[in-house]
Amino acid sequence: MVKVGYRSIKEISGPLLFVEGISNAGYNEMVSIETPDGQIRSGQVLDTRKGMAVVQVFGPTTGIDNKNTVVRFTGEASRISVSDSILGRIFNGLGEPIDQGPAIVSKEKLEIVGSSMNPYSREEPSEFIQTGISTIDGMNTLVRGQKLPIFSGSGLSHNMLAAQIARQAKVIGKDEGFAVIFGAMGITSEEANYFINEFRNTGALSRAAIYLNLSSDPSMERIILPRVALTAAEFLAYHSEYHVLVILTDMTNYCEALREISSAREEVPGRRGFPGYMYTDLSMIYERAGKIRGRNGSITQIPILTMPGDDITNPIPDLTGYITEGQIVMSRDLQRKGIYPPVDVLPSLSRLMNQGIGKGRTREDHRGVADQLYSAYANGKDLRSLSAIVGEESLGANDRLYLKFAEEFEKRYVAQGLNEDRTIEATLGISYDLLSELPEEDMKRLKREHISKYGKWKSN
Amino acid sequence: MGVIIRVSGPVVIAEGIENQRMYDVVKVGQMGLVGEIIKISGNEATVQVYEDTTGIRPGEPVESTGKPLSVELGPGLLKSIYDGIQRPLDVIREKTGDFIMRGYTAPPLDQDKKWDFKATVSKGTKVGQGDIIGEVQETSLILHKIMVPLGMSGEITEISSGSFNITETIAKLKTDSGIVDLRLKQEWPVRVSRRVQNKLPPQIPLITGQRVIDSLFPVAKGGTVAVPGPFGSGKTVVQHQLSKWADSDIVVYVGCGERGNEMTEILTTFPELQDPKSGKPLMERTILIANTSNMPVAAREASIYTGITIAEYYRDMGYGIALMADSTSRWAEALREISGRLEEMPGEEGYPAYLGRRLSEFYERSGNSRVFGLPERIGSITIVGAVSPPGGDISEPVSQNTLRVTRVFWALDASLASRRHFPSINWLNSYSLYQNELLPWFSKNVSENWPQIYKNSMAILQKEAELQEVVQLVGYDALPDREKVVLDTARMIREDFLQQSAFDEIDQYCSMNKQFLMLQSILYLGDMEDQAVSKGAQMATLQKMKCRNLISRMKEVRDPDFQKYHDEMKESIAQEVKKVLESV
Repeated sequence: MVKVGYRSIKEISGPLLFVEGISNAGYNEMVSIETPDGQIRSGQVLDTRKGMAVVQVFGPTTGIDNKNTVVRFTGEASRISVSDSILGRIFNGLGEPIDQGPAIVSKEKLEIVGSSMNPYSREEPSEFIQTGISTIDGMNTLVRGQKLPIFSGSGLSHNMLAAQIARQAKVIGKDEGFAVIFGAMGITSEEANYFINEFRNTGALSRAAIYLNLSSDPSMERIILPRVALTAAEFLAYHSEYHVLVILTDMTNYCEALREISSAREEVPGRRGFPGYMYTDLSMIYERAGKIRGRNGSITQIPILTMPGDDITNPIPDLTGYITEGQIVMSRDLQRKGIYPPVDVLPSLSRLMNQGIGKGRTREDHRGVADQLYSAYANGKDLRSLSAIVGEESLGANDRLYLKFAEEFEKRYVAQGLNEDRTIEATLGISYDLLSELPEEDMKRLKREHISKYGKWKSN
Repeated sequence: MGVIIRVSGPVVIAEGIENQRMYDVVKVGQMGLVGEIIKISGNEATVQVYEDTTGIRPGEPVESTGKPLSVELGPGLLKSIYDGIQRPLDVIREKTGDFIMRGYTAPPLDQDKKWDFKATVSKGTKVGQGDIIGEVQETSLILHKIMVPLGMSGEITEISSGSFNITETIAKLKTDSGIVDLRLKQEWPVRVSRRVQNKLPPQIPLITGQRVIDSLFPVAKGGTVAVPGPFGSGKTVVQHQLSKWADSDIVVYVGCGERGNEMTEILTTFPELQDPKSGKPLMERTILIANTSNMPVAAREASIYTGITIAEYYRDMGYGIALMADSTSRWAEALREISGRLEEMPGEEGYPAYLGRRLSEFYERSGNSRVFGLPERIGSITIVGAVSPPGGDISEPVSQNTLRVTRVFWALDASLASRRHFPSINWLNSYSLYQNELLPWFSKNVSENWPQIYKNSMAILQKEAELQEVVQLVGYDALPDREKVVLDTARMIREDFLQQSAFDEIDQYCSMNKQFLMLQSILYLGDMEDQAVSKGAQMATLQKMKCRNLISRMKEVRDPDFQKYHDEMKESIAQEVKKVLESV
């Protein structure tokens, strides 16, 4: 298709251009926009009709006018070049190198909004990833091909946790190609530097590709960044057979960019002004995690989002939780107590845990231990709020044991060092240490044979 | 031929389509994407497209197929996995690879496979609509009945048993308007409900093997259930458990806008699991409709209609079908998205004003029905619809409109889920309007004591909630011992009866008889404690009794051994309480 230039922008509104005179722009087609002073921006067709196309600009609209700006329709959907040489490199949200290195060349360019994976092609994720963090390994196990977000709040240590996971994650007994894709949307340069230094210091940078959109960068790039990053991840996973860990932070900024476009298009808003199609849009990102039957690689996603006002019912965490396979929830209370990582296990969940644990994977008693810890800690926390009202003295002796258990659980199980890499055996060992302070007859979630094999109760 | 004049997401506007009719299927663009006409205005038609419209331009052609969106019905449906518009995902994978290519269609049923057809009527028989004319053994579990299509009647002029594929003529029917060839396959438009003679009141419970459901909030065969809950509360696990263990003949599972890995889980586990009745793999009775969240949104809208039409077809054979829709909220969101693109005036929270009507139309396709045709038969469709309310708040439109039409409500509770009380069905908020109609069945088939046991258990759970409020104020120790007994019994009902592991080999399915005995034992112990306390025993002493361990281990006992376990347990409870009383 001949790339005809159009100088017929009728209206510019927020990130949107209304271009007249074009009669056959393709839906989602990429366009390039040349400003009067020669700058090139890229954009995408959002709505096309006879004689008119609505174009969303990735980047600022500064300098675009409605007389001399030229809009060229490229005739194809957004594509990027990817090859194994992206590892160790830093890119912007559109996938262009920003580290002064050479451009990425590849024979074939890949569409960034790929077709959806056939559910029939998926392989059930079942390989246990040991992160070395007790609250995750022991109670919310991560498996290869899972999407497990971190629900955090501003000021909590989610970045440290994500970096620790990226550093320590491994599948026991296997030594395979492992890569990290780091997609940063609207985060501060300080946060970005933290991650880059963290990767550099641990030698992970050489097997990582970093896609960076800082808070000062154009917000529209945030829409396209996760798609670029995941296209790269898919290439590495399904073409080069890497096991890819994708960290996306901060999804809240992504959703806000989505809201910005939606309001510029004057769409009917859904909850809190977010567009009604946000669920579908988010799922196009999250559902790109997984494994394919017959191929070796995998994509595991850890998206990070900060819940506005620590409110888990906000549409961003809410819709995310409905798509992802569980969530790791961070707690301000625990952080205030000085506990790192401040993971609140009660609202946390890993839906794929059962596939990854048990005999032959971790240990046969893993499920029972996790359930027992959950119910004991929930009980202890209930009693904690009860004792705040009626006083600890009016609790029964048994209840006081649970109260103490909750304290010890937070101090010894949840809390661990920034560099402490606990094996799953160590995590299970601590679990029994803690549980054995409780009456043995309360251990309804543990099987009798497991109690006698691993238990530390006095009767044993 | 029509021409596209506008593309906006899944909505395409075209002008000049010949013979445009509402809800007819059209082929859109050079790639021939499948779409459906949803609005006509003058020469223009609005089309919702079931595939991604990236790259489609104004000026490309649109052509009507002249037919509404239909499903193919016939042997070969079972064990299949389809997308929202009945494209076979396994065939598509073979043809186009691991990612779904656009514009590719494949026939839903295997065209070449030969089925062994056994005629059950002979030449010269006068038949009406729905009459069974023959059978095909579709899977080892299901005998597929070949019926005269609805709306047809006449005289069979030719019929023969033998080996046929689904397109070959198996019989000829002389109707008033000429001779019609009958085949193993027929078609039916998905948006039209298949008629029945009349609907009958549901009287038999759908036994699911899940204690909280069967014992406290049972659903009747042919009933409707709403399962709302926030994320992580276990909606999907409940749906999976039901499709595994419910005693329906056939399960249709519609994964509507949910996770891809969940469909994979069904695909990998069901062939290995055995039907508790027949010992055959569960997949032999299952049909999957998978339109995951990242698949095109318009096809998601169609997926529940595809599912229910297939369910109705098997119901017409006289089978009992359980249809799982996970999740109807995603379906409603698809409706909202399309409605927004049509620039319709929004109702509540942006949902279209017709949301309530569309939901009740869907649920109305359930029921226990006398179907058309000979031999006389009754079939049922039970619909279990998951609802995913934003933030778990069920005051939103989808939950509210669903609760208006469904008769059972299983309220999933996040606080129960976070303490790993599963299934996290809240016993105070949930209800079943079938309970009274079903009690006679339970008295007759489980035990005549059932209604009493049920009422007592519910009363204790209710009482516990009241007492908990008192404990919040004055502390546990301040309660009189008799009330402590109530709390103790309620705790046993919650922990040792209502909680049930979906992943434990023994506990995942619990027979009605075991459910009854379990509940009876707990109430028996509660009764004995109550008597002991009123005779002066201390609650603290009673709580140290060894027999309490027997109660908490009931879940681990296999069904055949349970009667013996129960009798021994009852004996040791009596003994031990007696011993406590002697020392008072």
